[in-house]
Amino acid sequence: MVKGTIARISGPVVIADAMRGSKMYDVVKVGEEALSGEIIRLEGNQAVIQVYEDTTGLCIGEPVDNTGLPLSVELGPGLISSIYDGVQRPLPVLVEKSGSFISRGIDVAGLDRSKKWAFLPSVKKGDRVAGGDVLGTVQEYHITHKIMVPPDVPESVVSGIEAGDYTVQEPVCHLEGTGPVTLMQKWPVRKGRPYRKKLDPTVPLLTGQRIFDSLFPLTKGGTAMIPGGFGTGKTVSEQTLAKWSDAQIIVYIGCGERGNEMTDVLSEFPELVDPRTGLPLMERTILVANTSNMPVAAREASIYTGITMGEYYRDMGYDVALMADSTSRWGEALREVSGRLEEMPGEEGYPAYLATRLAAFYERAGRVDCIGSGDRVGSVTIVGAVSPPGGDFSEPITQNTLRITGTFWALDTNLAYRRHFPSVNWIKSYSLYIDGLNDWYLENLGPDWEELRDRMMYLLQKEVELQEIVQLVGPDALPESEKAILEVTRMIREDFLQQSAYSDTDSFCPLDKQYWMLKAIQSYDSAMNNAIERGVGLKQVSLLPLRSEIARMKELGSASEIQALAERIKTSIDALEAER
Amino acid sequence: MRSDPLMSRDYRTINYVSGPIMFVQNPIGVSYGETARITLPDGEIRTGQVLDISREMAVVQVFEGTSGVDNSVTNIRFTGEAAQIDVSIDMLGRIFNGVGLPRDGRPNIIPEDTVDIAGTAINPYARDKPSDFIQTGVSAIDALNTLVRGQKLPIFSGSGLPANQLAAQIARQSRVLGEGEQFAVVFVAMGITYKEASFFMNDFERTGALERVVFFMNLADDPTIERIATPRCALSVAEYLAFTHNLHVLVILTDMTNYCEALREISTAREEVPGRRGYPGYMYTDLASIYERAGRIKGKTGSITQIPILTMPDDDITHPVPDLTGYITEGQIVLSRDLFRRGAEPPIDSLPCLSRLMNLGIGPGKTREDHRNVADQLYASYAYGRDLRRLVAIVGEEALTELDKKYLSFADQFERRFISQGDENRSIEQTLALGWDLMASLPEDELKRIKVEYIKRYHPAYRAG
Repeated sequence: MVKGTIARISGPVVIADAMRGSKMYDVVKVGEEALSGEIIRLEGNQAVIQVYEDTTGLCIGEPVDNTGLPLSVELGPGLISSIYDGVQRPLPVLVEKSGSFISRGIDVAGLDRSKKWAFLPSVKKGDRVAGGDVLGTVQEYHITHKIMVPPDVPESVVSGIEAGDYTVQEPVCHLEGTGPVTLMQKWPVRKGRPYRKKLDPTVPLLTGQRIFDSLFPLTKGGTAMIPGGFGTGKTVSEQTLAKWSDAQIIVYIGCGERGNEMTDVLSEFPELVDPRTGLPLMERTILVANTSNMPVAAREASIYTGITMGEYYRDMGYDVALMADSTSRWGEALREVSGRLEEMPGEEGYPAYLATRLAAFYERAGRVDCIGSGDRVGSVTIVGAVSPPGGDFSEPITQNTLRITGTFWALDTNLAYRRHFPSVNWIKSYSLYIDGLNDWYLENLGPDWEELRDRMMYLLQKEVELQEIVQLVGPDALPESEKAILEVTRMIREDFLQQSAYSDTDSFCPLDKQYWMLKAIQSYDSAMNNAIERGVGLKQVSLLPLRSEIARMKELGSASEIQALAERIKTSIDALEAER
Repeated sequence: MRSDPLMSRDYRTINYVSGPIMFVQNPIGVSYGETARITLPDGEIRTGQVLDISREMAVVQVFEGTSGVDNSVTNIRFTGEAAQIDVSIDMLGRIFNGVGLPRDGRPNIIPEDTVDIAGTAINPYARDKPSDFIQTGVSAIDALNTLVRGQKLPIFSGSGLPANQLAAQIARQSRVLGEGEQFAVVFVAMGITYKEASFFMNDFERTGALERVVFFMNLADDPTIERIATPRCALSVAEYLAFTHNLHVLVILTDMTNYCEALREISTAREEVPGRRGYPGYMYTDLASIYERAGRIKGKTGSITQIPILTMPDDDITHPVPDLTGYITEGQIVLSRDLFRRGAEPPIDSLPCLSRLMNLGIGPGKTREDHRNVADQLYASYAYGRDLRRLVAIVGEEALTELDKKYLSFADQFERRFISQGDENRSIEQTLALGWDLMASLPEDELKRIKVEYIKRYHPAYRAG
């Protein structure tokens, strides 16, 4: 084992002497307090280390021990409903050990060593297995946790396997030639877990949010970004997605954000119920928290910690959704460490490798054919929030993320100011997955979905042009048909796109309800156009009590009520007669 | 190689001095972040802190500035300890300088404890959810951007705007409904003028609150770099009062823009790669280490609520100081020059304001069931009215429909009666009733954001009948 001494300390960066023989990204223990760190550069005898804890009090000449191992996470039963810091230390255990404030140099295992899990084998003695094959299962809440052969194990014969209660460290199975397999495996966080092949994203990740599902859908295994200035609702959007997405596992990474937000998730998720399974949301959630005042270097590691855990559940054949709030803080951590290394800065002080790192992270998303026998398809979806300084989307993190993500949900400060939430700008946002999803919608919703969606988008686009005219000449100058468009788009904006994350009935909107809400607006749109052609005035239509009925459509419980409303709209407008 | 009592820790090896920074050669046994005592040729003693250290060189920032430092006689002694402050409950009613020494002419405090000023992060798992509504008596805050105990809610001001008056009013009027427990104010002045500081002191004196206030004063003519330590000293005291003595502490920090400028000065002197507008790239992390020291902790009854005040240079909300602050704090109260000119008092521009924790502090049992709906409706209607103003400027008021005219007058009334209130201390019921009165000027079916049952219960038209 390599042992060196500290030669320089600058914030989270420590340079150590006599480190020859170390590898890049080895984990080291720094100083007498044994603070964790990771080697990020080698220069002759010296190693540059980013330390995951506060370095105050370290002295020149204190020892540095190289563990020789890369930064890894422990994967096994017990991850779900846990809350970890950026390097997988469980926060509740830290509270037990050091009280309400986080102190330094505490080494805690990611998985509980004492808890016993009931293991049920699914292979028997004499079977041949290889990396990725399922040996048996453990029940972790309602999730059937598949115990898999670690990916790098070559094909070998099972020489012993038995059902029973095991801790994560006890061998549950012996393989000839390779040795024992435990419930827990370790995996280095900076290396993606292997898969057989990537599949095209053709299944939407349903979120229960109208603007996402209907206008700018995301797929299982896709990537999305949510950029927006402060107060535009990035965190609320991320949390809403974590709550209502139809994924089986959620990994929520609070990366450099507020402490109170994590408290919010921790207190709210155990009480909220997953609309699909009826179980508490916490029982499918893993939290990784590095709040903005926790050490910067651990922030850099936190998103890798999170995605490695996500990939592990993906390998079992589950759909995983990963929320990273906010990737800008991750980029800034990268910038801070790079600055301390005195690297040549790229744009706005960010290191030149920013784009590469971002791309490498987002490419770990995907819907894949998992390794191991049997057909298992799993996915990891990434939704990254981005916090551009001054809300200016031309900054490097936003721009580099745009190039690699499939769905772009642009949050708009002006919409947020007028409390239009979610404040997703429908003109700027896009989804590159729509074409791939048309078949799915055709099969699951109805043949007219695409047309319906296109009509809405057309009207919203048209509204922008009309608004410009209104700004110049006033609303009275528009012909009736165009005034009608403005009325319909106002409906789309206020009665469809706006959705309160805090309303009991409206925070989750099933897809069929979304469909019928759009149908109701469409029927108003087309019936009104017909009426105008017949010579009926807009005033007459607006005297009907339809508008407020449409406005309260969100609060209706069932799709069939809205379906009835859509029909009523048509008949009552059609019944109007032209005024002469 | 920690501090060896036999080893001399005095150095006269200063070989480079620039701005607030000096380089000390061959420091042995010096640790990162420790404090240094610097003795000048004329006997004056200053304090400093180690910012960077290698075998050959230690970089020390001097809080009181480096004027008078020479590179032959000046002596520097490393204390072996991180920057610390003595704390005690007796600090209430006292005035301290930027690094925690008394400046009111009275003797030093007798410390009950000594704590590191850098503090450590609260474990997110140990945090308790903020949930107590604080009634500030200011309608624009209580109704629309509710302050909750344990929150950090900054005031974004512009030069010349009355942010101090607003902060003093909040400190004066704040109370939690149905409770009469122990509170304290920690007031932190960073680079403000004597006049501004004495405004606060007089205001606290007038209301008899002076005995419950701890002052930390780094005024405009005090050493700039001291400002780096001031908020940390003050928050260490606040944490001590809140989590050891179980007080509810309100921390007012003014002016954060001056703090950030001190940070920039050090960064420049260290020749770091600058971020936006010359501010260092780590300013987000640095500010977070101040703002995140607010909140509640499970199992403790005390709390820390922060109201930082900052000046937006040129009223620009995208300037790095307000921008990074907004990304860390739980909302913001924004003052507007336009409203100020038109005589609104306080001139709170409610559209860009936000309180992220509002929903935790309102609703049945806390304020009233219709609070959320009323706030949403007032916001939406006011935003629409404001949009119409732009239209009126181009096409004239005659071109508007009857409905739009109502919205236009709603926006005016909203600013005149709801936002502007002077010294009045309004209860939440008064505030909500006023909101309903204003909304009554709009047709009932325009109140889309309000549940029908609440309209039936609270709308003046129904209440009267």
